[in-house]
Amino acid sequence: MTAVLLAILGPLAVASGLLVFLLWSMARVTIALLASFLAVGGLLIGLGLAYLGVVVILMMTMEMVIMAVFMVAYMENPAGLVRAASSGRRPVSLAFSTTVFGLLAAGIFVARWPHRAGAPLQARMPLRAGGPPRDATFQLGDALMGPQMLTMVTLGVALLATMVGAVALASGRGRYDRFGDDLKGRPPADPVRGGVGR
Amino acid sequence: MLRLFLLLAAALFATGLYGALSQRAVVMIMMGLELMLNGVIVAAAAFWRYAAPAGGAQVIVVVVLVAMAVEMAIGFAVVSALYRARRAEMTDMAADLRR
Repeated sequence: MTAVLLAILGPLAVASGLLVFLLWSMARVTIALLASFLAVGGLLIGLGLAYLGVVVILMMTMEMVIMAVFMVAYMENPAGLVRAASSGRRPVSLAFSTTVFGLLAAGIFVARWPHRAGAPLQARMPLRAGGPPRDATFQLGDALMGPQMLTMVTLGVALLATMVGAVALASGRGRYDRFGDDLKGRPPADPVRGGVGR
Repeated sequence: MLRLFLLLAAALFATGLYGALSQRAVVMIMMGLELMLNGVIVAAAAFWRYAAPAGGAQVIVVVVLVAMAVEMAIGFAVVSALYRARRAEMTDMAADLRR
């Protein structure tokens, strides 16, 4: 089953990834990238990571919608009449990425990977004392709430910092616009008066 | 089977690398970076399935997903700030530090 999924979704993921940089229309580019992510999400589900696969599918669908909006808003020509790539850089980029792929592929086939022998996935997962059998989703939650708690906390702080940083960067008016160069201007020079009328 | 999945991951990574190096529009470069991280997700999931079935391998996928979200959010915010400041959406238009 996994081999069949890999045979179908693997080439689809790579082909749609290539189309991202070959198509001209921004809408088609976004759909091509989404197709690549959906294929990878399907592969994750096929590998037994159902929860993470669904997360990838849902997250990337929303992300591509946002990306489409940004493309329409900022790209020089969202209809794709102007190719975005620098023609001078294309051959060099192609040669470099092909070389990287060749090196990675050589490493993949030369290296001796560890082999996980034994019973199938579900049967190999140990039972928790007095609890339900561990499946992949349970295993992930157990890891994040247990030995990988520091990772979870770090990711949470990183996401919070991202939210603050993104708003600060994207906001058109900062504190110096509101309170002046010395930050002492009161009341703030807001275009629309807010607050409770004081 | 692990090698085939890793080969797929390498192909996705190389495709994204090509895009990140060849494109000029910031949004297109971000798409290339996303594809590269997509390859890392495939590799981590394959390692979990075929080599290291511990929970830590799944956590790597979560870390990569968060990295993708952070990259998109900060990337779009930078594009917004850049566009507001100088109507630029291409990297060549914001290469002042190279001069």
